[in-house]
Amino acid sequence: MSTESLKQIVSKMAVILFLFTAIGTAIVSLSYDLTKNLITDNQKQTLLKQLNSLISTDLYDNDLLNDKIEIIDKENLGTTMPVSFYRARKQNQPQAIIFMPVAPDGYGGSIQLLVGITIEGTLLGVRVVSHQETPGLGDLIEEKRSKWIYSFNGFSLEYPPLEKWNVKKDGGIFDQFTGATITPRSIVKAVKKSLIFFQNKKEQLFQ
Amino acid sequence: MYKSIIINGLWTNNSSFVQLLGLCPLLAVSNTVVNGVGLGIATILVLIITNTLISALRNYIPHEIRLPIFVLLIACSVSAVEFFIKAYYYDLYMVLGIFIPLIVTNCFVIGRAEAFAIKNTVGHSIVDAISIGIGFTIAIALLAGVREIIGQGTLFANADIMFGESAKFLTITVFENYRGFLLAILPPGAFLVLGLLIAGKNWLESRAKKSIKIIPIKLVENTL
Repeated sequence: MSTESLKQIVSKMAVILFLFTAIGTAIVSLSYDLTKNLITDNQKQTLLKQLNSLISTDLYDNDLLNDKIEIIDKENLGTTMPVSFYRARKQNQPQAIIFMPVAPDGYGGSIQLLVGITIEGTLLGVRVVSHQETPGLGDLIEEKRSKWIYSFNGFSLEYPPLEKWNVKKDGGIFDQFTGATITPRSIVKAVKKSLIFFQNKKEQLFQ
Repeated sequence: MYKSIIINGLWTNNSSFVQLLGLCPLLAVSNTVVNGVGLGIATILVLIITNTLISALRNYIPHEIRLPIFVLLIACSVSAVEFFIKAYYYDLYMVLGIFIPLIVTNCFVIGRAEAFAIKNTVGHSIVDAISIGIGFTIAIALLAGVREIIGQGTLFANADIMFGESAKFLTITVFENYRGFLLAILPPGAFLVLGLLIAGKNWLESRAKKSIKIIPIKLVENTL
C-alpha cells in the first residue's frame, strides 16, 4: 500500500465504485424489465375499475382508457398538471365523460377527485381518489367511510339551483361533517366548477 | 452463533424497541396491522437482499468507500423490491405508497450492513437480516394492533388487500359501532403507544434480571 501513490489509490477506488454502480444498475434495470408489463397492466386495471365505479359498462362500447384527452386549466380544474378526460361513447355517440379534477383547498391540501358527467350534464357520481384530510373527521368523504360522496349522484346545474351548490352552513343543501366543514365545502366547490367547465367546453371535449 | 443472532435481532437488540432505529416508517405506517405487516415484509425483503449482497461482496468492498457502496446497493435493492410489489401486490402498493421507497432512509438497513454483513459470512448475514426484519415486523404489528383496536375498533382490517379475498375472514371487529378514538390513529398516538411498549419490554427485562440475580447470591452463600 505504501508504494502506491495517492493517485493510484484514488483511481483504484473510482474503478471499484464504478463496478458497484454497474452491479446496482443491472439489478434495477433487470427488475424493471421483468415487471414493466405487469405494472402497466395493474395501473390500467385499477383505473378502469375506478372509471367503471361511476359508469356502468352498458353505457359505452368504446375503449374508455384510450379515448382520452388532457387539458390544463388551473382556474377550473384546480391543478397546474394536465387533467385526463376519458370519453365514453356508444356507437360513436358521446354518452358521458369522466375526469379527475382537484379540489385545491381541502383542510390538508389538495383532494384528488374523480367526476363523471353525462352528456346531458347530470352527475354520474363523484369519488375521492386521494386526500390528506383528518382521519375520523374529514375522511368521511371516502366512499368506504360514509355515504356522503353519493349525495352528488344525479345532480346537475339545474338541480339543485346554482346558489344551493354549497354546504348547509353556507346556505346550500350539502351536509357538512361535525368538526369538518372545510373538506366538504372544498369538494362541493370543485364539483360545481367541474359541471360549469363541462357545460362551457362540451363541444371541445368530445371532438 | 445462529441462535444468538436470532435472539439479538428479535429481542436484545430489537431495532425498534432497543436501538430506536427506523422510527419514521414504524410510527407512520402503524395505523393498521395490515399496513404495518406489509411494510415489515417489504423491509425484510430489502434487508435480506442488501445483507446478502454486501456480505457476499465484502472482500471487494474497500473500507474507505464502504458507505457510498452500501447506500448504492441499498437504494438499488429498494427500487427492485418496489417494482416487484407494484407488479404482484398492486393494492398493497397503493396503501404503502411512498413508504416503500422510504425504506432507503430506514437507518437499520445501512446499520446492519455496517455492523454485521460487512464482517460476517453470507449465511450468518441472511439469518441476521431475517431476525432483524422479523423483529421490526413484530414491533410494527404490535404497535399497529394496539393503535388499530383503540383507534378504529378493528383488527386486521383490509386483510384481503395483502392476502387475497380468502383472507377477508381475518378481519375482526372488536367493538361494534365503535366511533373511533382519533388520538390513537394520529401520530401522537403512535408515539404514546410506542413509549408504552418500550416501557413494557424494559419491565419484562428488569423482572427477568431480578430473578437471575438471586441465583449467584445463593451460589456465593453455598460456597462460603
